[in-house]
Amino acid sequence: MTNIPRKSIINPACSDRLFRIAAAGSAFLVLALLAGLLLQLGIGSAPAWREFGFGFLIGTGWDPVANVYGALPAIVGTLLTTAIALILAIPPAFVTALWLVDAPPGIGEILSQALDLLAAIPSVIYGMWGLFVLVPVMQNYVQPFLSETLKLGKIPFFGEYGNGFGYLTASLILALMILPYMSAVMRNVFRMTPSMLRESAFGIGCTRWETAKDIVMRYGIRGLLGGIFIGLGRALGETMAVLFVIGNVMELPDNLYASGTTIAATLANNFAEANGIMRAVLFALGLILLLLSLGVQVLAQYYLAMTGAARGEK
Amino acid sequence: MTAIAPEKRRGLFRRKLVDRTVGLLSILALSIAVAGMVWILWVVLARGASVISLSFFTEPSKPYGAPDGGIANALLGTIEITVGAILIGVPPALLGGIYLAEFGKGTKLGNAIRFSANVMMGMPSVVVGLFIYAILVIPMHGPSGFAGSAALAVLMFPVVLRTTEDMLLMVPDALRESALALGCSRARTAVRIICRSARSGLVTGIMLAIARVAGETAPLLFTAMWSDAWPKHYFSEPTANLPVLVTEYATNSPFEEQHAAGWGAALVVTLLVLLLNISTRIIFKERHNGR
Repeated sequence: MTNIPRKSIINPACSDRLFRIAAAGSAFLVLALLAGLLLQLGIGSAPAWREFGFGFLIGTGWDPVANVYGALPAIVGTLLTTAIALILAIPPAFVTALWLVDAPPGIGEILSQALDLLAAIPSVIYGMWGLFVLVPVMQNYVQPFLSETLKLGKIPFFGEYGNGFGYLTASLILALMILPYMSAVMRNVFRMTPSMLRESAFGIGCTRWETAKDIVMRYGIRGLLGGIFIGLGRALGETMAVLFVIGNVMELPDNLYASGTTIAATLANNFAEANGIMRAVLFALGLILLLLSLGVQVLAQYYLAMTGAARGEK
Repeated sequence: MTAIAPEKRRGLFRRKLVDRTVGLLSILALSIAVAGMVWILWVVLARGASVISLSFFTEPSKPYGAPDGGIANALLGTIEITVGAILIGVPPALLGGIYLAEFGKGTKLGNAIRFSANVMMGMPSVVVGLFIYAILVIPMHGPSGFAGSAALAVLMFPVVLRTTEDMLLMVPDALRESALALGCSRARTAVRIICRSARSGLVTGIMLAIARVAGETAPLLFTAMWSDAWPKHYFSEPTANLPVLVTEYATNSPFEEQHAAGWGAALVVTLLVLLLNISTRIIFKERHNGR
């Protein structure tokens, strides 16, 4: 029964310092990785910037044989799919979060878990489902319904006919993918609202919707924005689900049913076979995507931190 | 007692109507989201289950057009790549989390690192693939399972770091103070006392991070790439893996058999990820309710 603690070979003060340095170094890895990402993509894309300059950002041609590259179609495609996905996903994310916060405990719990599972499904599965199931449904039912039955085809840019692939299909899948993320953040924001505020609103006769819209939403507006930016960031960088259904054509969109591409899809589609200047061009696209999503994430975290701070102080 | 004026009553009616409508819309939106999930899972299950057989798990994938291909090599490759990612990514993430919780609490540096880790969690995974390509695939003259692991490790790192920090902060300060008062060094306190009492939380964080990267495809496309061979050369050869197999079979193959095999692989990936996810949630919930 001699369980005397072994004497450390290194003296404790020294090992303590070593541990501290190792821990700090590991934490610093976050900053190092972020810096490394920017640096490597910068270095990798340098030939492209030298060759095409900033005109690359607004160029619309894409012809690897003639060495013509322009980023505009991919950038516009990224922004367009993201914008449509947000428009489709924000209202349902908001109302589902609202409902789930006040839902009867049993059902609310189950449905919250179901939404979390929706977020856990790998994106390649969304892509495969999109390609084999949603694309035919869009082509045979949804697109004819929208343009013939509802006559939406007359609206400029909406498009008359499509083959199922394209911006609208990609945006639909993106909307389904980002909805659970945004809904989860919004749920947390709603839970943070002091119950005193909500009860006062109910007390003066507000309906649930009025309380939500005039009290909860105003109180947590920064958190809601944070949630929206989280969804925005995911939609910007989503690769596989979009790659499968967008059609992968390097052209500016002329309508919603048109096939196109996004930055992430272009990278996934071309990078493995790319060489020379084309690889640099793809690195440049990657850098643009990285900067876009870093900007969005910084805004998201800023807004979320602001709500956290407001809650922490009071 | 004046009676309520008719126009006011109409106002109330309208307000209640709006309220009810929004309530109905929320239920509608929820049903659509849940129906979408059920639809996806159902399709994967229905189409994937029919190709699953014993040989599907024992045969390697075959070149396009060859019959009787399985997914054994891709399954092994996925396990290799994921385990590699855990080995590379988790230790520094745990250490970093300890730093944030034990040494960097409330400091400017700690806040900056925490903020950056949050930002990093939202980074597009395809860009991480490019990064690893630049720093590993080019110098090593070709894709490898190791490069794939590194890409997944970069994705796991901020997730594990932040959950570790959160879990350690949940340990009461009294425990820290008692350990220090007994003469433990800060390092010993952190590892032996704090981490031990937050163990289940740390495991949960790691498992959720694994669930999150196990189905990742985009970063593997140009790091681990794809092959029909058994994954024998982890450090030097392209390594088969399930998500890229699904992608290859679904998009680049004209053969109906391979589409079917793709669905089978998709089913395996989905089950893997969802089971990991659900079991982690259940374990974590039980531990916390038990306290």
